[in-house]
Amino acid sequence: MTASQIFFILFASATLVAAYLVVTVRNLIHAALWLVASLLGIASIFVMLDASFMATVEVVLYIGAIAILIVFAVMLTRRVMEDVGPQRINTWWFGAILATLFFVSASALIWLTKWPTLPEGDVGNTVLILGKSLVDPSKYVVPFEIASVLLIVALIGSIAVALPSKQPE
Amino acid sequence: MIPLAWYLTFAAALFCLGLYAVLARQNAVAILMGIELMLNAVIVNLIAFWRYNEPENVSGQAFAIIVFAVAAAEAAVGLALIISIYRRRETVMAEEIDMMKW
Repeated sequence: MTASQIFFILFASATLVAAYLVVTVRNLIHAALWLVASLLGIASIFVMLDASFMATVEVVLYIGAIAILIVFAVMLTRRVMEDVGPQRINTWWFGAILATLFFVSASALIWLTKWPTLPEGDVGNTVLILGKSLVDPSKYVVPFEIASVLLIVALIGSIAVALPSKQPE
Repeated sequence: MIPLAWYLTFAAALFCLGLYAVLARQNAVAILMGIELMLNAVIVNLIAFWRYNEPENVSGQAFAIIVFAVAAAEAAVGLALIISIYRRRETVMAEEIDMMKW
């Protein structure tokens, strides 16, 4: 077992433990903080996959924006979020069985399939290639622009949805 | 050297944890956290396939960036909806949000 394999097992198990706590912990603020830990673990997995830009985006966008947004949402809806009543629905075992079944079948498929091995050599400067191909008309400029339009729509839409209504209720 | 199957198994486990959160948690914000975990598992898969198949072609990373943008939009709209529902109904429990149930 090489050093990179040991590091992978360390990071992956830390991420999975944090993700397990995200889905089971009762206090939602704690769950959001475990989500941050889990996202950090995923960023380290991206580093192991030579995707440095992805790791940066994971930290900046997921931890810096989405996780903080979730913490804000938890705090804004706090009153009902105290530890009263069950935090999971009555038929939670159904979800557990379904998730376990899915994991067992997916990993059976994964381990029965013959996957390509890691290509030799360095990946090179992927950030440069990625930046160029995202604005290259013959490559990914259309999905890139559609994503920006989608972000603007989501921004305006979420403001419109979350604004308090004008008429008295 | 790490086999590709390790990454895929890790992503499958992460996806199933998110799936469990979506199916079993009562709180809408917790359900959104489960969706975030599932999206992250998908991105891990995309990056792993990119690295092991065609590292000189960045299509996997470009796809992952689009998934990031969709995840950000989904989180913003979802949390806005939750806050709006909370303002009207004083609850974020999934079982009590049944205005559209016929």
